[in-house]
Amino acid sequence: MPKAFTVLDLLDLDLRDHNALNLVCKAGRKGLSKPISQPDINRPGLALSGFFDDFNPKRLQLFGNGETAYLRKLSQENSWGAVEEIFSRGIPCCIFTNNYLPEDRFLQLAETHQVPVLLSELNSVDFTVRIIRTLADVFAPQRTIHGVLVEVSGMGILLLGDSGVGKSEAALELIERGHRLVCDDAVDIRCVSGNTLMGKPVNPTLGHHLEVRGIGIINVAQLFGVAAIQFQKEIEMIIELEIWDHNKEYERLGTKDATSEILGVSLPSMKIPVKPGRNIAILIETAVMNHRLKKMGFHSAQEFNQNVIQWLESENARTVYLRKTQENQF
Amino acid sequence: MVEQDVTVKNRAGIHARPAGMIVTLANKYTSQIFIEKDNDKINAKSIMGLITLGVLCNTTIKISATGADEAAAVEALVKLIDNRFEE
Repeated sequence: MPKAFTVLDLLDLDLRDHNALNLVCKAGRKGLSKPISQPDINRPGLALSGFFDDFNPKRLQLFGNGETAYLRKLSQENSWGAVEEIFSRGIPCCIFTNNYLPEDRFLQLAETHQVPVLLSELNSVDFTVRIIRTLADVFAPQRTIHGVLVEVSGMGILLLGDSGVGKSEAALELIERGHRLVCDDAVDIRCVSGNTLMGKPVNPTLGHHLEVRGIGIINVAQLFGVAAIQFQKEIEMIIELEIWDHNKEYERLGTKDATSEILGVSLPSMKIPVKPGRNIAILIETAVMNHRLKKMGFHSAQEFNQNVIQWLESENARTVYLRKTQENQF
Repeated sequence: MVEQDVTVKNRAGIHARPAGMIVTLANKYTSQIFIEKDNDKINAKSIMGLITLGVLCNTTIKISATGADEAAAVEALVKLIDNRFEE
């Protein structure tokens, strides 16, 4: 059972730059443990005017300029019935944009009903865009997968395989060859906007470490510099490493394009058998380059096959022609 | 598949040393062994995943194993955690 996402969790999110929500809690701190169960917001204009049909209390309630102007009017009339009604419906929290501090009575009511009142300095448009993006990320289907996520030539590659098959060692060599580590061992994968898989470390605060048998835990950022790490990356390809099995058929031509599915998103995938003497990092690099070529419209294996077919056909035509001319001579 | 819940009782939770002990023990078995906390599920045979799981004191985790020696693996791991990693 996934843990509920509370208002406090929303305040605790480490959002920066163009994602920052700049939220501060001004009242109703006792309600910070209220869960946010829907990734959506509501502008409570209709509710403030007393119309509660189809009012969805699970949504975050966003008070922009229009709502605050109406609140001022209610304050002058000293009629707080609708506000109390909104609070008593069990909403997760109220958010005021433009740093608007609501009337004292409003804050008192929020305190009594234990509904957090949050303020943001952003305007409603920016705030709406950011909160929708943030909540979509929080509520995105998520899975933790055992593997290593690396960025090879700009592409996010998820290395899978049993424990001890050499994923971390392969990652280490890739780093040495100028590629980047996103995370080792446990990859937090989220499906954003339905068709994109984003991978990041389960716990970003622990930094970028690799565990290599025989050496132990190493700090990649310290050892190889910040150029060797990446904080999150879209996963574009899956490479599964497995111990070479003599009874198994491995792809020889590469004309077929296999795919694997994670969280309902289908990704190109390939199996690379591991055995002593095979340089896995170079194999991965080559596989990635080959995949990029394919995306640009050049399919090495198919191209090669086309050439072979063309050559065979021309040879064929040649023999037929030669045979005919020989027949004609005699 | 065999699975069992166990509560971590040592004060510092699963930090590097206990994680190392779990991984060493898990690697003695051929079964696929997983440890689950909330909705995070990681492979018990790899140390980084276990450490990043962030298991605190008094957290309940679920140990599950699938394979030939699944029962023995789960039993051994539960015993190790119950004994507070011999601390």
